[in-house]
Amino acid sequence: MIYTLCFLLFTIGLYGVTCKKNIVKIILGLLIMEYSINLFLILLGWRKNGIAPIIDQSMSHEVFVFQAVDPLPQALVLTSIVIGLGVLSLMVAISIRLYQRYGTFDITEMNKLKR
Amino acid sequence: MNKSKQQGMSIIVQTVARWTKGYIFLFGVYLTFYGHLTPGGGFSGGVVIAVTFVLLTLAFGKERALSKLGKVLASVLDCSGALLFLLIAALGILFGGAFFANFIEKRFPSANFRLFSAGNLPLCNISIAIKVGASLFMIFIILAVRRVVEINGKRKLISTEFFETPEKGKSR
Amino acid sequence: MTNLSLFILIPLAAAFLIPVVSRKLKWFPDVCGIFTTLLLLLLSLQTMNQETVYAMGNWPAPYGIVFVLDGFSCLLLIIINLVGFVSTLFSFEYIEYFYTSKLRYYSLFLLMLAGMNGVVLTGDLFNLFVFLEIASIASYALVGFGCQSRELEASFKYLVMSTVASSFILLAIALVYGRFGSLNIAHIALLIKQHGMNDTIIFSFVLLLVGFGVKSAIVPFHAWLPDAHPSAPAPISAMLSGVVIKALGVYAIVRLVYNLFGMTALISNLLIYSGIISMIIGVLLALGQWDFKRLLAYHSISQMGYIFLGFGLGTPLGILGGAFHLFNHSLFKSLLFLNSGSVEYETGTRNLEKLGDLVQKMPVTAFSSLIASLSISGIPPFNGFWSKLIIIIAAVQAGKPVVALWAVIGSILTLASFSKIQRYVFFGHGKNFDQNSFKAINEVPLLMKMSMIILAILCTFTGLLMINGVNGIFGPVVNVLDAGPHTYIEKILKSNFFIPGN
Repeated sequence: MIYTLCFLLFTIGLYGVTCKKNIVKIILGLLIMEYSINLFLILLGWRKNGIAPIIDQSMSHEVFVFQAVDPLPQALVLTSIVIGLGVLSLMVAISIRLYQRYGTFDITEMNKLKR
Repeated sequence: MNKSKQQGMSIIVQTVARWTKGYIFLFGVYLTFYGHLTPGGGFSGGVVIAVTFVLLTLAFGKERALSKLGKVLASVLDCSGALLFLLIAALGILFGGAFFANFIEKRFPSANFRLFSAGNLPLCNISIAIKVGASLFMIFIILAVRRVVEINGKRKLISTEFFETPEKGKSR
Repeated sequence: MTNLSLFILIPLAAAFLIPVVSRKLKWFPDVCGIFTTLLLLLLSLQTMNQETVYAMGNWPAPYGIVFVLDGFSCLLLIIINLVGFVSTLFSFEYIEYFYTSKLRYYSLFLLMLAGMNGVVLTGDLFNLFVFLEIASIASYALVGFGCQSRELEASFKYLVMSTVASSFILLAIALVYGRFGSLNIAHIALLIKQHGMNDTIIFSFVLLLVGFGVKSAIVPFHAWLPDAHPSAPAPISAMLSGVVIKALGVYAIVRLVYNLFGMTALISNLLIYSGIISMIIGVLLALGQWDFKRLLAYHSISQMGYIFLGFGLGTPLGILGGAFHLFNHSLFKSLLFLNSGSVEYETGTRNLEKLGDLVQKMPVTAFSSLIASLSISGIPPFNGFWSKLIIIIAAVQAGKPVVALWAVIGSILTLASFSKIQRYVFFGHGKNFDQNSFKAINEVPLLMKMSMIILAILCTFTGLLMINGVNGIFGPVVNVLDAGPHTYIEKILKSNFFIPGN
């Protein structure tokens, strides 16, 4: 059920990217897509009443294996957040430059390329 | 409030920023150094360190922040953090036999009060924190120095100072 | 035995060293760029006929990240580093003339190289995504490097489409991880073998196909390519068209189809028909273009169709043709983009109607472009002919003569549009041609000439590989791909797991 909501969020982001004409809204759509996937990945590793995946001396291995959440998706999400940061900063920089050139955020008015 | 001062925000913000900036920076350093044992690590620590400088920029204007961490210095730190990370990874080939091998002795379960209880992970965390802190601050300052001004009734976006295209955060 | 991590380590180290050092030493970016790519080229030539699995940080296969070197990745490594070396030779003078910041150019260029080397070497699904993103972020920035309105617009278009594609790929990886709990390609292949396909895996396969399809610009997803490739600086266009769409797109699709999911009749038909559609539509759109680089960019789509067709046939001969055409296309297409760059360097325009009669003034450019044009249109002594011939024979042998016929038609149309380039630029002139403005034109500088001559010689003589060398270089590729997932799993996981028989 909760996975379905992630997909709903993903499709909302996709709608924003494909149907909106404002550059800022497109960027927001891309971000929503990105974060819906991050949420999905985190939920894959989630378990009810789980503990942080850090083992210390007082804890037996059985307890750790049966209670700790899956640490791998967390690492993946961290990596994908960093990648998203790189893409986002580049996107914002390009859109600022585009605004400098065209004086607008509307993509339908940016038509200097040949059609 | 303080009209004569063009740069920065009101005196309340400035005072609070002056009090908290050191602690925020220290918290970033703490996250970095302790990241191999608790949640945290190079990226989060670096972000918090960068946030200190962002706070300085917001409260006191960009001159104050740039005097603490200049553009050239930030760029050099950015690259040298990445180089340090690669160096640690390459030392793994030399001592551990594989790229990214953990070549410093590690203890499990971690002995308390040992500096390198997780091998070379703290070193990696430090280099990542340097890289992330410097590059995030660079990104912020480059995107923040642009202003929208009105020229002949048309809104135009100009940069108050010339900066080249920003570097992007590549570290993990 | 080559240490595979060097392919990531060297370009990354050089990319981060350049901004630090070249504040004091102005000559450093050029020298460092050229020597790094030369070193990488030599290293990649050394990997020929090796098969290695390299565990990062001494963690064995299903748990840690592994780098896998086999015939197919070796071929891609050689192509990437060869074209990278030639492009850096070319950019020595070119970037000085057109653009300002050499430091950032070489830094981004080397990052892109590191990303692509990583993509073709890695044996881990998520690591593939990370390297893919490193290469793509560097290429977005390089497409918009000039910061003029057109370049920024093309860059933004490329960025949005490509980021959506990346999101699809990441979603697919998340689904696969959620189903199987593993990210190692070989381990996932093993688990698919044991548990069989189900709806989740089929859905994620479709997502992966769409995502990498956008990256490789096959026809329904090709819209970004004709804008992005002409907008970049010429050496980067050569890299993008020659290597990036292959390393990020075709390599990944072929690796996943052959070594992860296994080839079926449905996937085969899908690849063949998308190949034919991109072949024909690309070349038809190219015929009407009057911009030199834009015409070449549409031809990239068309030639990608041939490569997809070859790999889609699934027979050993088809794989051989696809791999050979991939190699050849990277040579002649990067040569053509370098030619267009040197024409722009001397005349300042890319409009075919304004150009003309350059054969007396720029003989090296003219004749190397003639070789490349003959090669791409499939005229006998050159390499393009042989690979297209193999693909067509493979199509006939596989019982699809209609497919072969379409391939021949595509080749004839390619010849038509390249005779247009030769007629308007080098051996004749267009209707807006102005004799006087082209008086002071000379041949381009030495290093640019050298890079074009290297590629022209390679274009001429790789056709000779057909006589006996083709099995030496492309044989391992066919072996790796034709053997299917089973051998790949065995090689990487070794004795750690019980592997069921074929």
